[in-house]
Amino acid sequence: MNVLECEGLVKAFDDLVAVDDVGFHIAAGETYGLLGPNGAGKTTSISMIAGILESDSGSVTVGGTEITTRTTEGKRQIGYVPQDIAIYPDLSARENLRFFGKLYGIPKARLDERIDEVLAVIGLTDRGDDRTEEYSGGMRRRLNIGIGLLHEPMLLILDEPTVGVDPQSRNSILEGVEELGRTGTAVLYTTHYMEEAERLCDRVAIIDGGKIRAEGTRRELVELVGQLDTINLGVVGSARRLAEALASVTELESVIATEGSVEILVEGASGLLPRVLEIAQQSDVGVSGVEVIEPNLESVFLHLTGKALRD
Amino acid sequence: MRAAFVIAGKDLSQRIRDRSAILLGLVAPLGLAFIFSAIIPDTTASFDVSLAYVDQDGGEISSGFISGVLPDIEADELATVEPYTDLDTAMVDVESGTTHALYVFPDGFTDGVLAGDGGSVRLVGNVDHSISTQIADAILSGYLAEIDAVGISVDAAMRSGAQDPTALVAAAAQSPDAVVLVDTEAASRELDATTFFSAGMAVFFLFFTVQFGVSSLLEERFYGTLPRLLGAPISRWSILGGKATSSFILGLTSMVVLAVATTLLIGAEWGNPAGVAILMISGVLAAIGIMAVVAVVSKTPEQAANWQSIVAVLLGLLGGTFFPLSQAPPALAFFSKLTPHAWFLQGLGDLSAGDGLSVVVIPALAMLTFFVVTVAIAVLAGRGRVLAP
Repeated sequence: MNVLECEGLVKAFDDLVAVDDVGFHIAAGETYGLLGPNGAGKTTSISMIAGILESDSGSVTVGGTEITTRTTEGKRQIGYVPQDIAIYPDLSARENLRFFGKLYGIPKARLDERIDEVLAVIGLTDRGDDRTEEYSGGMRRRLNIGIGLLHEPMLLILDEPTVGVDPQSRNSILEGVEELGRTGTAVLYTTHYMEEAERLCDRVAIIDGGKIRAEGTRRELVELVGQLDTINLGVVGSARRLAEALASVTELESVIATEGSVEILVEGASGLLPRVLEIAQQSDVGVSGVEVIEPNLESVFLHLTGKALRD
Repeated sequence: MRAAFVIAGKDLSQRIRDRSAILLGLVAPLGLAFIFSAIIPDTTASFDVSLAYVDQDGGEISSGFISGVLPDIEADELATVEPYTDLDTAMVDVESGTTHALYVFPDGFTDGVLAGDGGSVRLVGNVDHSISTQIADAILSGYLAEIDAVGISVDAAMRSGAQDPTALVAAAAQSPDAVVLVDTEAASRELDATTFFSAGMAVFFLFFTVQFGVSSLLEERFYGTLPRLLGAPISRWSILGGKATSSFILGLTSMVVLAVATTLLIGAEWGNPAGVAILMISGVLAAIGIMAVVAVVSKTPEQAANWQSIVAVLLGLLGGTFFPLSQAPPALAFFSKLTPHAWFLQGLGDLSAGDGLSVVVIPALAMLTFFVVTVAIAVLAGRGRVLAP
């Protein structure tokens, strides 16, 4: 069953159409990525999905309940983590969590328990009573996410949660999101970092100019644009002899020998790599290094939009 | 409704923590009310006039003044009157200020007047009590003017055949009081200085106090927490309701604490508690409405705070919180009615005159009108913008 279903979302600001006919669905336990550069329409899309921004047209349901700016009940199923850190600096982490917990109607006894759990998850148990203005950027970012998790939502919306975060905190956040998927929470994750989308998301939508250009698993997207894997072999001996031997393998699209290396273009490198290495051994050519480069979402994005993700 | 109280509770907790609301809502107005009431003389209250006389004459005319005029003035508590038999002692007391003004009726005063030779009364005043001396002079001048009139009448009577001038003079001396002092305090319904400055400072700083609550919506946007509130399972009105509630509680608490504190500490007399409560609630609502308009047209918390301070000071000055409007030019007194401050102070003044609760109805309605109109303006001006993520 799908936790989130949205279709036909449109939002224009005066003459600028920020979101144009965006629609997708997310199942329980699935992490869905919206991958696109700044200004692509990611935040506008999730603002409508979270019931923060009124759409010009289209519909959103979460857990079967319609979500608009005027509805309240359905929003209880959504955890929203805005891109900007949205906490009160003059309150402690515990007070921030308590305030939002009350707004979400968590019963008092459960709220106390839940605050302790969330503080443990985000690694702030020892600093829970300190004012958040004394926190590092990474700690604030973790609390920002913790508030979204507090009421155990069915759908967690994370809007670029790692922007401006140090590598250690970033890794901690990514691990947390992976864990959420395993517990059955549906996650909508927006990012302009290709690596994050590849690592976290079961499915990804490429969004640009307010439109979803393509959607699917990483493999589906790569196949969609016909990109091939690249195997780079560092060789000891004659690269030319190895290239000639590999020419007999019909699955290889191309084999190019250069000084000390052989570059092979192939669809599905991991499946053919053992055979390539076997031929090298039979040809009496030593292999000093192997590098497999699979086409990534960056190249898919480039192919679909004609520009790089960070443009 | 529950969400509004949760938001208001959080806002109040923040305001108490940063102490600015306490400083502007309590400490500053209380301090200024205390200072103003201490250093500015109370021009609206009655003051003591201490009069004395030495009657070396003992004739009908001096007796007429001493036993006919002065007792009435003393009975009306307009002045105290002290008789002296020894001129030197009396002069010493005038010099020291124990007595403000001294009448000296010299020997032969009445005889001189009756003989048509004229007479003179000495009025000796203390240099530090010039107003008391002027009052003493006015009382005596009124009496002497009447004596002149009596003299003319007696002269006319004698010329027309009357036989007993003494009887005529005695009859004239029993004529009505020559001078009447009027206590203007109750007639103009003004507050005493202590109460005036206590109430003035309270309503002046009220506008600074409520701005904390009203502007906190801009802070939510500044801190990025507004989208989070908009994404919570609460109605949008409860967000606005929470802000209004925290403003109301801050404003009303400030007013009540100031009223109690100025009553206990510096003797302010706010009047009938029920009437004061009605005026306070109306005043707080008016302040919230006006500050909401300023907040709606501002883009940042800093901009709002600056504009709200300017508006609060201008309205406070125009509304007569620093000086009684009775002392202001008529035009200013007229335009002051465009401020809730003036209505609040007028309501308190009327209440202090003891006319009952009905006197606060018009001032309260005027302030509630400010509230309704300004809230309507704020809603129209901020529609689709105030709660945009």
